[in-house]
Order: sequence, then structure tokens, then C-alpha cells
Amino acid sequence: MGNRCAVIGVGQTRYTTKRRDVSIAGLVREAAIRALDDAGLTFADIDAVVIGKAPDLFEGVMMPEAYLADALGAAGKPMMRVHTAGSVGGSTALVGASLVQGGVHDRVLVVAFEKQSESNATWALSTHLPFGASLVVGAGGYFAPHIREYMRRSGAPDHIGALVAVKDRRNALKNPYAHLRIPGIDRAMVESTPMLWEPIRYLETCPSSDGACAIVLSSEKAVTGTPAWIHGTAMRSEPLMRAGRDTVSPRAGKDCAADVYRQAGISDPRRDIDVAEVYVPFSWYEPMWLENLGFAPENEGWKLTEAGCTALDGDIPWNASGGVLSSNPIGASGLIRFAEAALQVRGMAGEHQVDGAATALGHAYGGGAQFFAMWIVGSEKP
Amino acid sequence: MPSDAPTDVPTDARAVPEPLEARHVLEFPGGYTRSTGPVIGRFLTELRDRRIVGVRTAAERVLVPPLEYDPATGESVTGEYVEVGPAGTVETWAWVSAPRPGHPLDRPFAWATIRLDGADTSLVHVVDAGGSRAMRTGLRVRPRWRTETSGHITDIECFVPEVTVITAPVRAEYRVRPGRALTRFLEGIRDGVFVGGYCAGCDQVYVPYRISCPACGSVIEEEREVADTGTVETFAINNLPDPRAPEVPFVSAYILLDGADIPMIALVGGIPAHEVRQGMRVRAVWVPPEERTMSMTNIRWFAPTGEPDADLSAGRPGGGD
Repeated sequence: MGNRCAVIGVGQTRYTTKRRDVSIAGLVREAAIRALDDAGLTFADIDAVVIGKAPDLFEGVMMPEAYLADALGAAGKPMMRVHTAGSVGGSTALVGASLVQGGVHDRVLVVAFEKQSESNATWALSTHLPFGASLVVGAGGYFAPHIREYMRRSGAPDHIGALVAVKDRRNALKNPYAHLRIPGIDRAMVESTPMLWEPIRYLETCPSSDGACAIVLSSEKAVTGTPAWIHGTAMRSEPLMRAGRDTVSPRAGKDCAADVYRQAGISDPRRDIDVAEVYVPFSWYEPMWLENLGFAPENEGWKLTEAGCTALDGDIPWNASGGVLSSNPIGASGLIRFAEAALQVRGMAGEHQVDGAATALGHAYGGGAQFFAMWIVGSEKP
Repeated sequence: MPSDAPTDVPTDARAVPEPLEARHVLEFPGGYTRSTGPVIGRFLTELRDRRIVGVRTAAERVLVPPLEYDPATGESVTGEYVEVGPAGTVETWAWVSAPRPGHPLDRPFAWATIRLDGADTSLVHVVDAGGSRAMRTGLRVRPRWRTETSGHITDIECFVPEVTVITAPVRAEYRVRPGRALTRFLEGIRDGVFVGGYCAGCDQVYVPYRISCPACGSVIEEEREVADTGTVETFAINNLPDPRAPEVPFVSAYILLDGADIPMIALVGGIPAHEVRQGMRVRAVWVPPEERTMSMTNIRWFAPTGEPDADLSAGRPGGGD
């Protein structure tokens, strides 16, 4: 895995529908400066900058990394941009970590963002090329059939999705950066909202958010403040159009999990991990990923959700921050998972802190569930 | 001011003669000459030069517009003029949705009290905000000056919101050519058949036709025609309207054509959305031959065949990891 690497700073913006008060540059700077403050550093202390975001069509800014280099203090330093669709925030953290693990740099600033209010994600994800049939469905329309297939295979009761939607939004009430705040949310409220892409209801889907997240990564000798040590990193991808591809539980996700668990010495994720921040943009992806990531046997992930195991007071809390269901600045959403995992093992997650969390999982997926990025962070050195 | 719009007159009142009425205008010819005094005069002189000034009181407050006296104490002001603004903040406002003749703008606008930066009092003026939704307490505004100024409060035509959002048109135009594989597939669609490609190494049939295998990377040499019937593996009922999409609710389904090893995403029709089932057997509904082009729009949708549903629990041939 290379040299030791730690997260020593985390910065987030308050996620919201429209950040009309800042430019894109102002938005990413807000997160970056908060991460630097957390680490007790300034831009001058940074060796390289890695930035991630989802498709350029979202903001209509071609190659925003070029425009944002100066805003992130990258003048005279290496700067690169990562793009792996929705998983990009996670991949960006891992590219940044590899620069430290490989001994190239001592301190790397990693930033990811999206300003969804500048256009419309469904429009940007549904560019209708000639010769095809126009089925403008966006991400919800794309994932809904896979959720339906999971429900059929597993025989999960219909209300499981609503339970996840309620749990994550209740957690969001404890996170000052979360976008959706729905006091009093309950199953009846979720089930009273309309089906957008049946079987996905309105309150079972993620919001469109503006926001940015940043972390400072450090080599062992350059650590300042409270470190979250990286115990394992893994990325996997798979072809979207391969015959026999399991769209409910993609092999790339299973392989990615197996790789990161092997590095971190995890044999039973449910037992060995204290808290997980997993990319769940539609409520049913919690039980689906519980199985894909090995927290539950096949077709039984929903039983953990139903039994409350993934709640903040359960034996394996998932998305204590409120998750993607509560805040979704797409390009940043993966990095937020990774950053929240780090905050937990640093003991700095505030009201949504899981007591004594020593080992945490950060996870992101993207595209048609074909890109995966994961890391395990811990309070102790690996 | 009474409305001059006619009101409904009861039928039985029509016989009553209209009361005697005549128009009368009271207007001093040329307008009054009004002495400004030194303080208001200074204010208007500065306005003519496109500057806004206030005057400082003995209590260190800046009055805008300036007065000769501190209204709180009656004491004379200091005679020290302070440039303020030109930007300011809306403190409160009233929306005028139907401007009258004599109003400063001929379109809906707001009367607002505006606290200019550096001032301790607010000034009443006009805000041209486009619509009432743009108005709020705390809105930042700046003056829009008239081309010709004369030393009058209307030298500021109105205030307008500060620039916070711009629109950035982005347009990329391409000539799109389908590659060899898609062209071959669309030729088939023009002729009413689905052309697939068979990977001998993986023993899998790919539809639409393609010339390399996404699993093993080898070249696909063999074409295979597959049926226009298939099975709905799974689907979504889409309820979000989009001008580019079919009318909602519409069903987008993963359909495994008979003879293929990978499903295609297509529209299901000819059946109410809520009656579509996983395992349902369907057949392509083609547009008449004379209307066909090299496009997927040749297929209106897939409609039920009426056969018994397929058993999905057995899994798909060749499928699964």
C-alpha cells in the first residue's frame, strides 16, 4: 500500500439547493480554507492539488480545473483533475492519497464540488444522441429497474426503502452541513410522497445540492493535528454493457470491497468496521450495498436495515451524517463519504459522532454502478 | 383617487340621467420655483454630478437625503458632507403591480426605503426588480442614472439589484456519424430486424450489434439476427415529465430479446403502465415499412404478446457472475 498517509484536515460547505452568494471558485475555496484551518495549515504548506467533479455539462464550464487552479493555491504546483462520474469524490481522495503513499508529496489538498443549481442534472445526464430513441429518465429512471429487480430477488418488504429514507434524514438533523432537514420525518410521510420513477418515491431520492468538500492528506512525517490513518484504498470499474453483468450487485463493487478489506485486515466488515459512509442516493441502495459490500448475505441486507442495525445506535451505523440522501453535490458526494469516515475516527463528527469509532469505511459509486472507490480509515496507525 | 373604470350599472338605474361632470386641472404654469437652500441644493448639485451625499449631524449621524437640521434634536447640522453609496440595502418595500400615469416607471416596480452604504437614514426611491419575487428586505441595490442629469431626485431613474447571477449560454454543435457497428445495427432496424454480434470466445450474443466484446476484448466476427420478441427483465415507471421524453407515465424496460444475452432499454406500450410485469413477454411494434428510417424510432415500443410470463427465478441463460 506504500507509505503511511493520513487525513489531517476536513472542510465542508453547508449543502443547499442554491448557493447563489458564491461563484464556483468561492465555493471550492470555502471548503479548502476550512480543511486547511482544520489542519492548521495554509495554501503555502500544500505540495499538490487534486480536484474532482462530475460531468462538465453540469455547470457548463469546460475543464473547470484549469480555471480553479489559482483559486486553490495551485500556482507553481502540480494540479490534476479526476473524473469517474458519481464516484469521483472517492476516486479523487484515492488519487490524492496515492501521491502521498507513493512518496511523491508530503501534503496534498483534495477538493471536490458540484454547483448543481447552475443547470439541471437530469438534462445533463440525458443528452439525446441522434439515431436512438429518447427515453429521458435521468439517474432515477436508470436505477429504478435495478431496485425493482433487487426487491424481486430478495423478497424484501416494500417499506424497507422508506425506513432508510427516514433513518438518513433523522441523522441529517444532527449534521450542521446537511442539506435536507425534515423535522418529524416518518415512514408515513415518506410513503405519502409520489412515485417519481416507480419504485422510487420522492422522499426516497437524493436532493440536488450545491456544495464542496475538501481534505488535506499528509505523509507520516508531515502530520499536524488529529490524523485519520488510511488503512486501505481500492478502486474498480467494469464495462457497463457486458453480457451477464449483475446490475443489482455489480462484481466491481464486490472486488473493490474484497481488495480494501484485505489491505485493512478486515475479515468481517459488520464486526470489524465501526461506522460506514456509503453512497446511497436512492434509499434501496442501502440494503443492496449491505450485500454487495459483504455486511450481509445475499438477499438479506434488508433484514439489517429493518432491524435497525444501520441506525446511529445500531451495531453498524451507516451514513451517520445523513448520507447522499440528505446532501448531494454530486461531484463532492463521494469525497463527503470519505471525509465523514475520517471525521468519525478522528472523533470530530460532532452530534452524529459514533462513540469510540476506530475504524470507518468510506465508499462511492458512479456511472451505471460501474465505478467504485473505497477506503478504510482508522484512529490508529496501520 | 377613485377608479375611472366603469362599474356595473344595474339595469333599472339606466334611466337615471348621468350626473353633470367636467374635467378640471389645477397646475401652476411651468411649475413652482422652489428654493433648495444650501443643504438640499448641495445634495441636488452632487446628484447632477452623479454623486450622492449626506450631511453629518452633531451626533455623528449621516442624514441622506441631507436636511438643514437634525430631526431628532432640532440642532443645525455640521455642514460636513459625506459621500455615501452608491450601493445600498432595501429596508422595506411595497410592490406596485399596476403603475399609474405619473408613476416613475411604466412597468411593475417597488417603492422601497433604501439605506445607502455609509448613511444612517434611509431614502425612499424606486426599485426596478423585474418582479416582486426578486424583492426582499436586505436586497442590495445600486442607482441607475439617467443619461441627462439636471439636479433632481429623478436623476436617479431608479435603483436596480446588484448583479448576482448571469446566464451563460453554452452550445456545442456536432455532426454525429454512427460508427460501423451502429450503422450495421441501424440497417437492420431499417429492415425490421435486430442484428446482434456473437462473441465466440464468450459464447454471448450482443444486441445492439458491436464489433468488439466488452468482456474479453476480442473482435466480434459473426453477426446474429435475434428475434423481435423478448422478456421484460425489469422496468421503471417514469412519472417525471420531460419535453424530450414520452408522455408520462411511461415504462422504460430492460428487455432481453430472444436469442440475445444482454438486455436493451426500450419503451413498453400497448398496456397500462401499472400492468407491466417482470417476466412479461413482449414484441416490438414497428412503424409501417414506408415510414422506416435508420433510427430506433422505427420501433414505437414493445407490446405484450399475450404469452404466459417467463420464469425469472431460473436466471438468464449465460448470465450471472
